[in-house]
Amino acid sequence: MSNLDAEALCAQLIEQMRPQVSADTALVGIHTGGVWLAERLHLALGLKQPLGAIDVSFYRDDYGSKGLHPQPQRTEIPFNVEGAHVIIVDDVLYTGRTTRAALNELFDFGRPACVELAVLVDRGGRELPIGARYCAHTLPQPLPASQSLQLERAEDGTFALRLIDA
Amino acid sequence: MRDPQLNKHGELQHLLTLDGLPREILNAILDTAAPFTEVAEREVKKLPLLRGKSIFNLFFENSTRTRTTFEIAAKRLSADVVNLNVSTSSTAKGESLLDTVDNLCAMQADMFVVRHAASGAPVLIAQHLQNTGRDHIHVINAGDGRHAHPTQGLLDMYTIRHYKREFTNLTVAIVGDVLHSRVARSQIGALRTLGVPEIRVIGPKTLLPTALEQLGVRVFHDMREGLKDVDVVMMLRLQNERMNGALLPTPQEFYKVWGLTAEKLALARPDAIVMHPGPMNRGVEIDSAVADGAQAVILPQVTFGIAVRMAVMSMLAGQ
Repeated sequence: MSNLDAEALCAQLIEQMRPQVSADTALVGIHTGGVWLAERLHLALGLKQPLGAIDVSFYRDDYGSKGLHPQPQRTEIPFNVEGAHVIIVDDVLYTGRTTRAALNELFDFGRPACVELAVLVDRGGRELPIGARYCAHTLPQPLPASQSLQLERAEDGTFALRLIDA
Repeated sequence: MRDPQLNKHGELQHLLTLDGLPREILNAILDTAAPFTEVAEREVKKLPLLRGKSIFNLFFENSTRTRTTFEIAAKRLSADVVNLNVSTSSTAKGESLLDTVDNLCAMQADMFVVRHAASGAPVLIAQHLQNTGRDHIHVINAGDGRHAHPTQGLLDMYTIRHYKREFTNLTVAIVGDVLHSRVARSQIGALRTLGVPEIRVIGPKTLLPTALEQLGVRVFHDMREGLKDVDVVMMLRLQNERMNGALLPTPQEFYKVWGLTAEKLALARPDAIVMHPGPMNRGVEIDSAVADGAQAVILPQVTFGIAVRMAVMSMLAGQ
């Protein structure tokens, strides 16, 4: 898995998205990896709407069994959601539950005209009818549930994808 | 015996007092409260966390603000809230406290928010629930007698952190009727745990408990001396309803000596903030010019109180 070059995937994702976005397209990153990625995309695509960030802790469907996530971050949607073209950005797409939670949260800010999803890697293992419109890489085989794949950002801002055995 | 408010994993099971609560838990509550403040600015001021939970506001003593903020907090978390003004219901017909609790448990309560004139009533309820194997039901103390008012203490800490960022370089003064104040007790405990180096208590001898110094505070009987160079002024309400006998001359007399006026506040640091738990007695413990002035953060305290109560409720109900 260490053969996944996060920087190259990021460049691919930018080129996939470039023809589809306008200056008014709004990006919303999902904490934490998704926010880093969204910051990069926002800059590279030259978008004018301020960047949004969502922490889905308050919308997770496993609150009843796992409780509240420690240290939730602030959700910030600094643009008018009503009628907007929104792209939700996450580093890795897995079960789809995080995306579901982010969609629910986004709709509490207004009714967007359309919502799309952009991810760096689709690791398979979907449990909900959710797919990414923009995706730089889909793993040929789904990862086992015991493994977690996540984006890391070095001090100089360089991206890397790390596979962790739980 | 373990702290009755912690479960066997050391997590918060009930919120009964801030005394003895570790700094990590205090900080975790304050950190969790921060993202909840943003919910009030949304189109839809609601989160789905406590959907399907039943919360009973059990108020054996009157309180408009505390009950309302608990109710709003629970509703913004999508819980079902039932307000029981018990002073006018079954207890008047002779039902005991624990019988009332058992009846509400039979209605599938998930959480009790308890205000009681007797110190220790919420602890009694928590122990009763534990002894009867109902660990999934949580208790929040919303003020018991002269003992504690932990969510007020927490929202005060949240307010201080919001304006001052750090606790470890502050001088904080608590002014007024400390003797009758459960708020002051919760404040002193939390300020110490969070590492405030200098806590001052300012008030007339008749309204300060004895042996206050043992709590690690400096006691002043001269308001001007006590307010010198403080960063935070926490006013207390003069609790006429809790007083027996003549501890004070008249409210006018009290105001003259102990009321916070602009002239006295000028002795504190220029960027000092003024707090008050409400309800305020204007012209008794605080002058209107100060209460409505630029240094007052009394209304933000109320707003932060909702976020803090949302944080506590969702941390408890998720255990």
